[in-house]
Amino acid sequence: MGEFLLRRVALAVPTLLLAMTAVFVLARVVPGDPALVILGDQASLEALAALRERLGLDRPILQQYLDFLLGILRGDLGRSLVTGKSVWAEVLAVIPYTIELTLAAIVIGVVLGVPLGVYAAVHRNALPDTLTRLFSLAGLSFPAFVSAILLLLAFAIELRWFPVISAPKVDDPLDRLRHLALPAFNIGLIMTAYVTRVTRSSMLNVLGEDYVRTARAKGIGMRAVLWRHALRNALIPVATVVGLYLGTLIGNSVLTEIVFNRPGLGKLILGALNQRDYTLLQGLMVFFAGFIVLANAATDIAYGIIDPRVRYK
Amino acid sequence: MTEVVLEVRDLTVEFRSGGAWHAAVRGVDLAIARNETLAIVGESGSGKSVTALAVMGLVPPHNGRIAPGSSIRLEDRELVGLSERSMDKVRGDRVAMIFQEPMTALNPTMTVGEQVAESVRAHRGLAPAAAWKEAERVLDLVKVPSARRRMTDYPHQFSGGMRQRVMIAMALACQPEVLLADEPTTALDVTIQAQVLSLIEDLKREYGLGVLFITHNLGVVALIADRVAVMYAGEIVETARAEDLFHEPRHPYTEALLSSMPRVDRDIGELQPIQGNVPSIRDIGPGCAFAPRCALAQERCRSERPSLAATADGRALRCWVRGSLP
Repeated sequence: MGEFLLRRVALAVPTLLLAMTAVFVLARVVPGDPALVILGDQASLEALAALRERLGLDRPILQQYLDFLLGILRGDLGRSLVTGKSVWAEVLAVIPYTIELTLAAIVIGVVLGVPLGVYAAVHRNALPDTLTRLFSLAGLSFPAFVSAILLLLAFAIELRWFPVISAPKVDDPLDRLRHLALPAFNIGLIMTAYVTRVTRSSMLNVLGEDYVRTARAKGIGMRAVLWRHALRNALIPVATVVGLYLGTLIGNSVLTEIVFNRPGLGKLILGALNQRDYTLLQGLMVFFAGFIVLANAATDIAYGIIDPRVRYK
Repeated sequence: MTEVVLEVRDLTVEFRSGGAWHAAVRGVDLAIARNETLAIVGESGSGKSVTALAVMGLVPPHNGRIAPGSSIRLEDRELVGLSERSMDKVRGDRVAMIFQEPMTALNPTMTVGEQVAESVRAHRGLAPAAAWKEAERVLDLVKVPSARRRMTDYPHQFSGGMRQRVMIAMALACQPEVLLADEPTTALDVTIQAQVLSLIEDLKREYGLGVLFITHNLGVVALIADRVAVMYAGEIVETARAEDLFHEPRHPYTEALLSSMPRVDRDIGELQPIQGNVPSIRDIGPGCAFAPRCALAQERCRSERPSLAATADGRALRCWVRGSLP
């Protein structure tokens, strides 16, 4: 397992380098002079030149590339043009909110989705299966912002169980949970829909496998056959979906954070876009690229934990 | 016959296909005594495996069923109609089964030790540590080299023959009375086949097992079977002691099977393949199921179904033409 971990993490290095290069190139091939975009066409030539110098855009391109990579290596993602704070400081200020939202959504998705999927697979084509499939189809068809508004209308405005706007008191865990509930369910239910579907179809496959018949022939009981023998083998596609979902998280969390007016990475990125905070955007892109590469590595490591054959290859 | 451990009477297993039920196994009678190997021989689709699955209570419930009137008795206990829960107490404990594909029949995500230990845990109620020790003993017994070390390995780290030994260990962990072996050596190399067969033979003798051995390989039958039941299209067409069957096959189908088997003492040119195929369970006529492929078939064979009749010398035969012989 240790060697497998090392190998997988080593594999992330070239991917990371490629992703960083892509971010760098992207920022440069976008038409228009960044300095001009930031300062507007009324800016004086001196001001433009000063900004270009500050951004390092006057240096040769290779030099810029090296500076960029070395900066990342030192953990320096640059500074926000608007606030003057380092990108890291901006990220660190909001990331606990995004982490808590993501984790809650994944927990909801797995805790609800896996048993629902198993249940549907065992009772395939019967009524509970049809209901489960209907629910998951609905979950997949609803855009995150629509379901967010519906949740707000129902539970915050009509029933008043939860606050409309999320501005939790940081040091009150109960209050934080109350503010977290609706946004987390909003993303979590979509996640549940994905996980349910994948668990169901992968359980159906696994239940037809020879080793499931072997397990039944041992007389260990249906419960052990399902949860010990079948589910573990069925979890690999589920891990894939959860891993991929971490990637689409940006899109969903941006929308959810806007609708619920919650601080987080999504709102940070939206703010950077609105204010043309070019350096903050580039820093955030680097951060997200790194995050996704790590999420993929984590997914692969999860495969290794689930399926020993992956470990020994 | 000595002490019978498994007795199957009038077993009919039906499957639903296209809205109607069709019998894949029809009126099968079998009896296995302690320390006896009964081989079921037949082509693919003759109902051999379904018979074994029925004994295990593993006929898929959504499209298969055991027809009313069927009986499967393990010693003095009727298994047909037992609840799933009661059946779970029988299978793996008193009747065990090993399957054809050792590659796919073991769970790839569980260690070999866990897979053997769990049936001991379920049936003997042993604590995990004790079950683990017991699993080690059984793996030793089926001659898995350095069993203790290999218990934490996964199935993909074992060779085909070793996996089949693990399967046998799992099956025998609780010392069942009856072992059902569904083509356990078909997927193995010939040399490994011989080792696994002699292992099953040794264990049978040591524990007085009743073995139901399913195969299409007559060479294997000659090696291990005490008695043979030949199945065709869901029915038993002939039963006999193994040496009698090879010496003097009576049913035209048995005869055809034997002459289609390659032998070292005969030229390959003398092989006679059986013409045609086993009929689908959906289109078996009113007469003898083998009649359409039988060289001896007469008018009666096509219109009237023969029954399995015992002969004076302790054999049984389902044939109008040969049935009149002593």
